[in-house]
Amino acid sequence: MEFLNALVTLANFVLIPGITYGSQLALGALGVTLIYGILRFSNFAHGDTMAFGTMSVILFTWLFQSWGISLGPLPTALLAIPFGIAVTALLVLGTDRVVYRFYRAQKAKPIIFVMVSIGVMFIYNGVTRFILGADEQRFADGERFIIRAREFKEMTGLDEGLTLKTTQGLTVITAVIVVALLFWFLNNTRTGKSMRAYSDNEDLALLSGINPEHVVRVTWLIVSALIVVAGTLYGLDKTYKPFTYFQLLLPIFAAAIVGGLGSPLGAIAGGFVVAFSEVGITYAWKKVLGYVMPESLEPGGLVQLLATDYKFAVSFMILVIVLLFKPTGLFKGKSV
Amino acid sequence: MSTGDNPYQDDHGNHDASVTRRGGESTVDTTRTSGPVTDARGGPFLIGDNMTGGYGKGPDILHGCTISVDKGEIAVIVGPNGAGKSTAMKAVFGMLDVRQGAVRLDGKDITALTPQDRVVAGMGFVPQTSNIFTSMTVEENLEMGAFIRTDDYRPTMEQVYDLFPILRDKRRQPAGELSGGQRQQVAVGRALMTQPKVLMLDEPTAGVSPIVMDELFDRIIEVARTGISILMVEQNARQALEIADKGYVLVQGANAYSGTGKDLLADPEVRKSFLGG
Repeated sequence: MEFLNALVTLANFVLIPGITYGSQLALGALGVTLIYGILRFSNFAHGDTMAFGTMSVILFTWLFQSWGISLGPLPTALLAIPFGIAVTALLVLGTDRVVYRFYRAQKAKPIIFVMVSIGVMFIYNGVTRFILGADEQRFADGERFIIRAREFKEMTGLDEGLTLKTTQGLTVITAVIVVALLFWFLNNTRTGKSMRAYSDNEDLALLSGINPEHVVRVTWLIVSALIVVAGTLYGLDKTYKPFTYFQLLLPIFAAAIVGGLGSPLGAIAGGFVVAFSEVGITYAWKKVLGYVMPESLEPGGLVQLLATDYKFAVSFMILVIVLLFKPTGLFKGKSV
Repeated sequence: MSTGDNPYQDDHGNHDASVTRRGGESTVDTTRTSGPVTDARGGPFLIGDNMTGGYGKGPDILHGCTISVDKGEIAVIVGPNGAGKSTAMKAVFGMLDVRQGAVRLDGKDITALTPQDRVVAGMGFVPQTSNIFTSMTVEENLEMGAFIRTDDYRPTMEQVYDLFPILRDKRRQPAGELSGGQRQQVAVGRALMTQPKVLMLDEPTAGVSPIVMDELFDRIIEVARTGISILMVEQNARQALEIADKGYVLVQGANAYSGTGKDLLADPEVRKSFLGG
């Protein structure tokens, strides 16, 4: 009984939030890794693209809600995602056409692209604040819980409750579907393979008749889809605030680098490593330890390694450790 | 590294691979689109006529260089290091700015076409280095070679496997794990997958053992017999000229000697200067 209680507490406060947050980071890191692999630079505008994309989903959600359209127990935002992706894709492809393409034509060095992406980040940031403002927005509706703590206690007779939010379930399911689709696309379709070929060797891709501009466009399209899904799931699960999305850039980059930049599989693994480290280090383990340890050894303090205010320090630490000891990341990405 | 006066190519010594990825970047402007193709009847099947040009805004490397090949022929370009042999090949394939002169293929002026559109027009090119997709399997390399084809390319793949049987055994292996000779076979195989009318090879035998080299030459002759024109740069001048219908000796970006392979081998000047007596 003691052990089961510990397990339930662990699942409730560490495992479920960790898996959810990990899925969201993984989706974000996949976008970063794709741009790094194919366009060869780290896209600093990623967080603000996510903020913009989620904003468009929110606006469509409100529109649908005002029309009385809903998905019943599921959040209306799911219905708005395709529209949000379309708007974001337009913005991103427009940016590529007007900004990045100019630098490609100059054969600019990748570091120039990084700097350019920082400029783009500020513009997107301004656009989002101009349209929706900098405040927190709520757009989640539908059934809130799959499992409620009280019902779980009554059902199992345990002292500890387990909560599973609809958004948490949705996040994991959606992430699995999106990732499966992406991998299938990259490994089995002609366009997907041409993207890998372009990433491997641009000149040889050219010599195989692959149109590089087409590869670039498809990459931006996929990245828009990934980022809007990631942003919407994060916003539904937690809350939407443009500045928080900008801050997500750090854990997302940490995830991509931990996994190995340029490696899609690594991005997913990295997402979970970062998420579990963050949740694990900022969680107060007192309760779980209280259940599993003998009474004499029960901890007096909270057993919280780091206050939640410092959660970004975790990403930084992971980043430093990986860069020092395994610069290619867990999955043999490109050497950093 | 800074190249010339293009400020966009000055990365101020950045070596931080955590924000930028190096390796595999294109050497040409990938945003360029093709210009018009005009009719130009007569002349050889493929000719780079009186080409003058260089990389980007840099100085001219080619000075009025002319290279041509006829249907089913093997043409070989030889010359000392830095003579512009590879540059001439790239110029024919549209990978550098040809400021003067023209490239004509099969009665059409294709000077304004991008490299990717020249592939569609029926040209295949095997560069000297980085000529395979190292992260992809042998089979995927061949599939990428067939990228522009909409018909069933399986029979062509079988032909490539018949030509290079070792590739059939290694088809699921990443091409980057193969030996030098096998890599060259993948590279040639990839270019053959488009079913080109002209195959351009830049030093296909560079860095392979003499036995593999003989083998590769045999395969190249075999390919030429199927009616594909072959334009090739070779370091092993003597051996290459022996199999060549046409030979070009380039010096400092211009034609120094040209003639049939046999003529050049017999020419005392060429023998003395380029073939070691």
